Amino acid sequence: MAEIVKRNKALSVNPLKASQPTGGSLACLGFDRAIPMLHGSQGCTAFAKVFFVRHFREPIPLQTTAMDQASSVLGADENVIEGIKAIAEKSNPDLIAVLTTGLAETQGCDVHRNVREFRERYPEYAHVAVVAVNTPDFTGCVETGYAATIYEIVKALVPDAETAGTKPGKRQRQVNCLVSPMLTPGDLEALRDLIEQFNLRPVLVPDLSDSLDGSLTDDDFSPVTIGGTPVSELATLGEARASLIIGASLRKSGELLQEKTGVPSHYFDHLYGLQANDALITTLADISEMPVPQKIERQRAQLQDAMLDTHFMLGQLRVAIAADPDQLNALIHLVQGMGAEVVTAICAGNTPVLATAPVDSIKIGDLEDLEVMAKERKAQLLIGNSHAVASAERLGIPILRIGFPLYDIIGGYQKTWIGYRGTRQTLFDLANLVINFAHEEIEPYYSPYAQKPESERQACSPSCH
Amino acid sequence: MKSTKDIAELLDEPACEHNKKEKSGCAKPKPGSAAGGCAFDGAQIALLPIADVAHIVHGPIACAGSSWDNRGTRSSGSELYRIGMTTDLTEQDVVMGRSEKRLFHAIKQAIETYNPPAVFIYNTCVPALVGDDINATCKSAAERWGVPVVPIDCAGFYGTKNLGNRIAGDAMVNHVIGTRDPDPLPPGTERPGIKVHDVNLVGEYNIAGEFWHVLPLLDEMGLRVLCTLSGDARFREVQTMHKAEVNMMVCSKAMVNVARKLQQSYGTPWFEGSFYGITDTSQALRDFARVINDPDLIERTEAIITREENRIREALAPWRERLKGKRVLLFTGGVKSWSVISALQDLGMVVVATGTKKSTEEDKARIRELMGEDTLMIEDGSPKALLKVVADYKADILIAGGRNMYTALKARIPFLDINQEREFGYEGYQGMLELVRQLALTLESPVWEAVRATPPWRTGGLKKSAVTEIQAEPLSAQAA
Repeated sequence: MAEIVKRNKALSVNPLKASQPTGGSLACLGFDRAIPMLHGSQGCTAFAKVFFVRHFREPIPLQTTAMDQASSVLGADENVIEGIKAIAEKSNPDLIAVLTTGLAETQGCDVHRNVREFRERYPEYAHVAVVAVNTPDFTGCVETGYAATIYEIVKALVPDAETAGTKPGKRQRQVNCLVSPMLTPGDLEALRDLIEQFNLRPVLVPDLSDSLDGSLTDDDFSPVTIGGTPVSELATLGEARASLIIGASLRKSGELLQEKTGVPSHYFDHLYGLQANDALITTLADISEMPVPQKIERQRAQLQDAMLDTHFMLGQLRVAIAADPDQLNALIHLVQGMGAEVVTAICAGNTPVLATAPVDSIKIGDLEDLEVMAKERKAQLLIGNSHAVASAERLGIPILRIGFPLYDIIGGYQKTWIGYRGTRQTLFDLANLVINFAHEEIEPYYSPYAQKPESERQACSPSCH
Repeated sequence: MKSTKDIAELLDEPACEHNKKEKSGCAKPKPGSAAGGCAFDGAQIALLPIADVAHIVHGPIACAGSSWDNRGTRSSGSELYRIGMTTDLTEQDVVMGRSEKRLFHAIKQAIETYNPPAVFIYNTCVPALVGDDINATCKSAAERWGVPVVPIDCAGFYGTKNLGNRIAGDAMVNHVIGTRDPDPLPPGTERPGIKVHDVNLVGEYNIAGEFWHVLPLLDEMGLRVLCTLSGDARFREVQTMHKAEVNMMVCSKAMVNVARKLQQSYGTPWFEGSFYGITDTSQALRDFARVINDPDLIERTEAIITREENRIREALAPWRERLKGKRVLLFTGGVKSWSVISALQDLGMVVVATGTKKSTEEDKARIRELMGEDTLMIEDGSPKALLKVVADYKADILIAGGRNMYTALKARIPFLDINQEREFGYEGYQGMLELVRQLALTLESPVWEAVRATPPWRTGGLKKSAVTEIQAEPLSAQAA
């Protein structure tokens, strides 16, 4: 039950946090033929784009309302309406997410009204779904922007059971999954695979494993996403057997989904570690009314064995972690479940799940805070994104790269962390990072009396010991 | 190949208590139920830590291939011992009788590439069987290249690992020790009023560098360690071992023949001791002073012991609280049993049983002294038997050699590795801190509960409870 220590310094140094519009964009990029449009100046979009290009090593569709001096002062309603129209006209996407930035929010925009005006003015684009989300960057982080966007999408695009006549369980084998941004495309593939082993049909919302998984297509260029959750699929969510809500940040969206459709939501804060996955598998067995497949039982036993093998390296290991809330909470549970001690926990933003994490305190802060606290508390291993690599170097300790962005390794986005198998690999990776130097080796001692060969003799007198 | 007579002589070790009782210690391995290494294994393990020597394994690949660089011993300088060298004999070599020639060229190559002060040749089963004369080959190679080449005739079929240790010790006594006098004391090391005494340690392997916890204390006492056989040793140090005033047999009977022969030939007294645990470390320091019998040294040693014991007991106090009363099943070879028992008892832990497979009658007597008359001594070290004892005696942890690690882990029992492959140094006062840290690490780990738990879907009732627990509270009326 962690105490949340808020920011107490004027200057943020080496920020851990990325913005809400970035998170909102990520959510939108998980839908098929979609494009996010940031309502702000061009730079807002350019930076977000570079952020994702470096991480996913993929072209990223992202547009801007390109607010200039005049529209910033006099009102940018036209930028939004004409911006949506321009995209609809040029690219004919299935989904446009209009995400506000700090600039637009400070100016006092009302994007929801803008979208209504767009509908009235351009009825010919009624087939293009448009969702407006308030994601100012002066609050929250990637995860909260992402969660807000999923919430708005569920609100706007999942029909009410009453009006649409959907019935929970009509699609006997369908399971909806709302997934947190902590799940990588690799994780989503693993999740899909687990669910399919119970003869269930997963609908992932959103599905970055289908849009940003790094596969080649026949088309040279596309202005919108290729792959991801089809927008049309959102209409079927109300007929599913159950919904799995993966990630504490999506709890509100899960509640809304159940409220609108009557499909029962099952909540999982994360899927790292034995217990979390036991809960998932038990739920799947329950929903599918199927015994747990042998293959999964075996993977569970393999994880248990890996836990034994790695507890020697991870036990009492002093770990420092910097991440967004869902992932931070998950990592704390994972490593402390192995006997490690999280001596420094830094989070990009504050959400309710943090207070439940089993550490004394969590600091809402930056990578400078991470570095200072990790040093003070003698951390032996760092877990964080690529920005934290420099911190780890300065601290002289190894780092496990996770989260956003990962720009100094290839394929980081594809790594699987969840499930019994993903957890097992994570434990191996952690153990391998520390196997040779986490424990303080005994310093060689040179006796002044020793008859070592000339070449090895140290200039040392008895007083030096 | 060694003759039966040679082997019988090595097996007859008057300084070893096993000699007095039949069917213990160096008894023949039984086909179908043998565990542990062979003579080659024992010889290589005993000498490999001599860091600047080129260690060449003469045989086909199995001997060196799966054993090189597989040891936790550490060197403060030369790393040559970590380079695996073998003649890697082929079928052609064996059939055509070319293995001696290959050995000769192998020695040449090692000398030309690495310029070592000496080369050790470990003979193995195949060349021993086909009749390679490694003594002659070594002799002529030494003459030809001008570098000492020491034959260690240790074919695996000669006997057990223990015998191999003795063969190794024997080779050192016959070929290396006494071939050079010690250096004069280095200038600048004199301290007024302190006479420096020369000593050796036999059977100290500097695992994970643990001897570096002890050596500064010996330096402070004014003891010059001529050589540790063989942790962090150099060839030129082994050569001077005959000049010591006293030898300490560290924690192992394995090379007791070295101590006995040095006593026979040079009159050097020896004593047995261990650096595991506070009690034993202090005892070892005291014994050095006692045998050397220098009143000033005795006095200074007591002062050092008092200082160090106070310091470490204070540092251990918080750990003692965490470990007190925990029950240990100790399964180690020979002398280590009693030395580790005292270390564990220093921590307030309860040793419920101990392995005595390799222990001598004398070791067993010491164990009884430490643990009481009715202590359980385990002769049968099979995984099944060990696990039964763990269960019957409600042990919290198994402390044993690395090869038993997976026996324990697969049975979901906490484990501490105490053998040579380990990565942590437990010797001396300082080593106790590492020992407690490792004990607490595994004993207090949350993984035990996690791995002992049955999958929730197998336990029937959980099917519902696990799900409802993670389900949301019922939502507003609109949901229906």
